[in-house]
Amino acid sequence: MSVDKATVAKIASLARIKMGDDELERMVPELNNILEWVEHLGEVDVSGVEPMTAVIENHLRLREDVVDADPKTAGGRREDVLANAPAAEHGFFGVPKVIE
Amino acid sequence: MTALTNLGVKDIRDGVAGGEFTAREVAEAFNAAVAEAASLNAFIVTTPDHALAAAEAVDAKRARGEDLGTMGGVPIGMKDLFATKGVQTTAASHILEGFNPQYESTVSQNLWDAGAGMLGKLNLDQFAMGSSNETSYFGNVNSPWRKAGSNAAMSPGGSSGGSSSAVAAHIAPAATGTDTGGSIRQPAAFTGICGIKPTYGRCSRWGVVAFASSLDQAGPMARTVEDCAIMLEAMAGFDPKDATSLKMDVPAWETGLSADLKGKRIGIPREYRMDGTDEAILKSWEQGKEWLRDAGAEIVDVSLPHTKYALPAYYIVAPAEASSNLARYDGVRYGLRDLPDGAGLQNMYAATRAEGFGDEVKRRILIGTYVLSAGFYDAYYNQAQKVRTLVSRDFAEAFDQCDAILAPTTPTASFPLGSLNDDPLTMYLNDVFAVPASLAGLPAMSVPATVNADGLPLGLQIVGKPFDEQGVLNAGLAIQRRANFTAKPEKWW
Repeated sequence: MSVDKATVAKIASLARIKMGDDELERMVPELNNILEWVEHLGEVDVSGVEPMTAVIENHLRLREDVVDADPKTAGGRREDVLANAPAAEHGFFGVPKVIE
Repeated sequence: MTALTNLGVKDIRDGVAGGEFTAREVAEAFNAAVAEAASLNAFIVTTPDHALAAAEAVDAKRARGEDLGTMGGVPIGMKDLFATKGVQTTAASHILEGFNPQYESTVSQNLWDAGAGMLGKLNLDQFAMGSSNETSYFGNVNSPWRKAGSNAAMSPGGSSGGSSSAVAAHIAPAATGTDTGGSIRQPAAFTGICGIKPTYGRCSRWGVVAFASSLDQAGPMARTVEDCAIMLEAMAGFDPKDATSLKMDVPAWETGLSADLKGKRIGIPREYRMDGTDEAILKSWEQGKEWLRDAGAEIVDVSLPHTKYALPAYYIVAPAEASSNLARYDGVRYGLRDLPDGAGLQNMYAATRAEGFGDEVKRRILIGTYVLSAGFYDAYYNQAQKVRTLVSRDFAEAFDQCDAILAPTTPTASFPLGSLNDDPLTMYLNDVFAVPASLAGLPAMSVPATVNADGLPLGLQIVGKPFDEQGVLNAGLAIQRRANFTAKPEKWW
């Protein structure tokens, strides 16, 4: 399978990355080279093989049902959460208007 | 007395504890070496005050007769992928330029708790995506090494290239690295130092900027196997804040070190003998077998039949995870915001990400987005995850016949900066020997073996069973004692 400029434009739009015509055209052969190469994987007989879900056997834990058990991941840290926001207003993240 | 900057982790720790010199003297010596080495571009920011404050705390503890910690008095470099409270953390990207974490990553906190201090934040490939340290927004990192008779700037490897450059140049005794598909081992090999990626889950990923979460692991980079053992012990440990953290005790790797390999079997995977591998590398591999045999090990042939599919599987799985992880950079919560005049929310996202990500990062996000998109998920992503199962099974079967595996770390020695930029694929091939162990989550280490005809270092790689970092370190130590690698880059910076 290979991609054309329109497909790359679609992917870029899905990935929310603005790309001009020049950049899209440059990406087409680069992505196709990579895709052509990874398609070798199609040769591998994977019948009966499960896709990997965990690389090392481990079981998911439940944390203790305690409020703010670990202060580092606890609530009540609004100032910290907003400290790096490009536009924090009134204790919230600021974004451009989304309702027309 | 030898210059303090020639000392590694163990010698500094023991010297401070024994009162041969103070931690402050060590920190001052390394701060000065860092300041002198700006032309390496190994650091994005330097933090001499952090190093001094940690050193003074250690000296004060010693005066009070308290325990100094396993890294007491050792100043280190911190890869700029670890969140450090109050110190800019960028992942070498424009999109995170100016990001000032309000918290400390678990791994860096563990190191500070063990008595280490920070010399600065080390440069890397942007979001750890690259094998040459040429994708950083803050410029290429130069290796301290040069080809004999040439002034061409050489690659320190990547993505932990600031780490490898700093440790090889003796401007840091050790540094943290992260390894997703070779990012500790390949730069270690390129610069004649040691580096170990532990079993997936040993080191907490909490506070580490995420690239590919099922692969990312932190590890130490230093000039000796002993130093790696000490530092890994300080970094590792169960962390409830990371869902994939291993709930296991951290073994006493340092005291467990032994270069006696009697009764151990070392596997040589026949599929690693690939076309295009440098003759000098193949020769060093042969030499490595001899060294391990001399240490008492039995050398056996093993087969890892899916080796050639590991790299393409990686270049589906890693970009897929990256495209998801990097969705968080949206110009809203932290980092860069590009808001063109009159733009709405969607256009702000797209403009911010266009401006904030470099070419390689964009390439991988697009590949990841494509292979996860409707209609292609099974053909690409699911197929790659099945191949990953097979790669992992290959190792499990090989480990029925051996205790550890010996292979080259890289197919070539370091190359001049700029020489592999035409085609992303040739760059990816650098990690052909490193990626299989990453896909299987196994502990793997690179130790320096020798130099090639150009005077550039070559590394050997040891891959171990899950949780057997000790076996990996021990085989590494056996090689280190016999390789007697003493070559050093000539100072030009």
